[in-house]
Amino acid sequence: MSAILDGALPEAAPLTRSYWHLVARQFRREPVALASAAVLLAIVAAAVFAPWLAPADPYKASMLRRLLPVGSPGYLLGADELGRDMLTRLMYGGRLSLLMGVVPVLAAFLIGTTAGVAAGYAGGRINMLVMRTLDVFYAFPSVLLAVAIAGALGPGMSNSLIALTLVFVPQVVRVAESVTTQVRKLDYIEAARMSGADALTIIRVHVLGNVLGPVFVYATGLLSVSMILGSGLSFLGLGVKPPEPEWGLMLNTLRAAIYSNPLVAALPGAMIFITSIAFNLLADGLRSAMDIRK
Amino acid sequence: MNMNTASPEPAADRGGPAQPLLTVRDLKKRFPVRGHPFEREKKFVHAVDGVSFTVAKGRTLGIVGESGCGKSTTARLIARLVEPDSGSMVFDGDGVGEFGGMALKAFRRSLQMVFQDSFASLNPRLTIGETIAFGPRAHGVPAAQASQRARALLSRVGLAPDQFASRYPHELSGGQRQRVNIARALAFDPRLLILDEAVAALDKSVQAQVLNLLQELKAERGLTYLFISHDLHVVHYLSDEVMVMYLGQVVETGPVERIYGHAAHPYTRALLSAVPSMDPSRRTERSPLAGDPPNPINPPSGCRFRDRCPSAQAVCSAQAPALLETVRGRGHWVACHMNDPLSGHGMARAEVAA
Repeated sequence: MSAILDGALPEAAPLTRSYWHLVARQFRREPVALASAAVLLAIVAAAVFAPWLAPADPYKASMLRRLLPVGSPGYLLGADELGRDMLTRLMYGGRLSLLMGVVPVLAAFLIGTTAGVAAGYAGGRINMLVMRTLDVFYAFPSVLLAVAIAGALGPGMSNSLIALTLVFVPQVVRVAESVTTQVRKLDYIEAARMSGADALTIIRVHVLGNVLGPVFVYATGLLSVSMILGSGLSFLGLGVKPPEPEWGLMLNTLRAAIYSNPLVAALPGAMIFITSIAFNLLADGLRSAMDIRK
Repeated sequence: MNMNTASPEPAADRGGPAQPLLTVRDLKKRFPVRGHPFEREKKFVHAVDGVSFTVAKGRTLGIVGESGCGKSTTARLIARLVEPDSGSMVFDGDGVGEFGGMALKAFRRSLQMVFQDSFASLNPRLTIGETIAFGPRAHGVPAAQASQRARALLSRVGLAPDQFASRYPHELSGGQRQRVNIARALAFDPRLLILDEAVAALDKSVQAQVLNLLQELKAERGLTYLFISHDLHVVHYLSDEVMVMYLGQVVETGPVERIYGHAAHPYTRALLSAVPSMDPSRRTERSPLAGDPPNPINPPSGCRFRDRCPSAQAVCSAQAPALLETVRGRGHWVACHMNDPLSGHGMARAEVAA
């Protein structure tokens, strides 16, 4: 016994089961989430590799091929109001639409988590100041807010990304703050304070690990909202400008064809729908996989 | 069993065995109550109202009292998890946080705390090895050495390191988790360990094991305990001195046998008579005390216990009793007018006056 205590301890067995290991194992048991992940992967791959995969040029118009129906030879998903290949444009459109979905949420996740954790850990007046300031943003519906900010900044891709980020930051802050406030009261934070560790170390080791999970899941749920809002901005002419392919914009330019060729006109909407549903189901799957304390 | 090899800086005794390890003077803390926004007067809960005591080296001071009497707040004030409004502390001769005294950081390292909720006091995302190693690592001990120390501590508290170091808190039982919490508290070689209801949530057999472990550790490492509990049996078993608290104040303090045998304060007597007896012939039919503790926002004038006290008299509402040493028991202090012959209480003992 004393030999063991004098330092001749056998080396620690390698830590095989980290937390994310357990989450991954749990996640593999969720068929719906796995299917959603596969669908998303396919859509992302199609968008990323569009220049190599797409059958045609997304900008090449032809008056002869205007509004070809779905299933026309050579044009699998038909052609749009300017005779451009729909399949090609949907693949290219995914690039901007997914960017609209991912970039604002990622930015809001980084900014919002930092602010929320800081406010939640500081507590008291600082917390109140931050949260009440952000409550101002809650006075507006998120669509209205996005339109207002994008309108004020002027149309354009980067401006709509900024507008969407600003819409999501308060929401992420609120989630991060509330989880942090809960975690901060727990005894293990007090025990860590007893050890004399400084606040940053405690946040890094004890707070972030327990806060990032829920915030991450929440942010995953925002991906679909962001994509839809981004498409909405483009639809209103505040985001991407024609002739760039983007699902929301395509929906707008094709809306005149809704009576003559409804199937083609609905395709961009269908893509938005499928992608956002897949994001949501993925978020649900992550949520239950990350809850390993069952 | 030489544990000091695992610790770079063994706790130094400065004042010798006669000097108390911790002296607390007039500790006070009130918490604001959120009232009506238009109310003029701000209300406060006087959670701890002028608590003073000393803990001798290598002894165990048990703090008892019903829930809400300020036991846990006192512990948190001592640990400086909550900043006291006023009051001073002297740790082994050094004024804590005073000019020329002991720095708060050094004081904090000299005492550690074990909490009641064994689950909430462990980070669910860290393995227990990482949890124990966190403190030393935060103070710059290299990772390998810190985890080495964590493993040594785990084996000392009776958990095989190979089996437990890489487990997560939810994979452990309550007793095992509390052992982990004790191991974590020991990682700094503290001199004072505050045990805040540390065994209250455990079932009796596990409780006994953990208590025995605590006794062993105390003897082995020369620890001093501040043992907070509402369980009078456990306090009797573990403590050398007992301090009884009521509504944020000390009502009685003294050696454990003196308190359990010759309690002088009516509240302590009521508290002790509420303990169920193992002897059926000594069963009590009547509840020893009626009513709930009064509202700590507006405590009664004079003696705080007077509206539940069976022998309250006019003097009790006029004046708060001071904590005075009884004549018969050395080191036995009571805050009751009946103990003070000059108080004017009709039941103040005559022999005290003599």
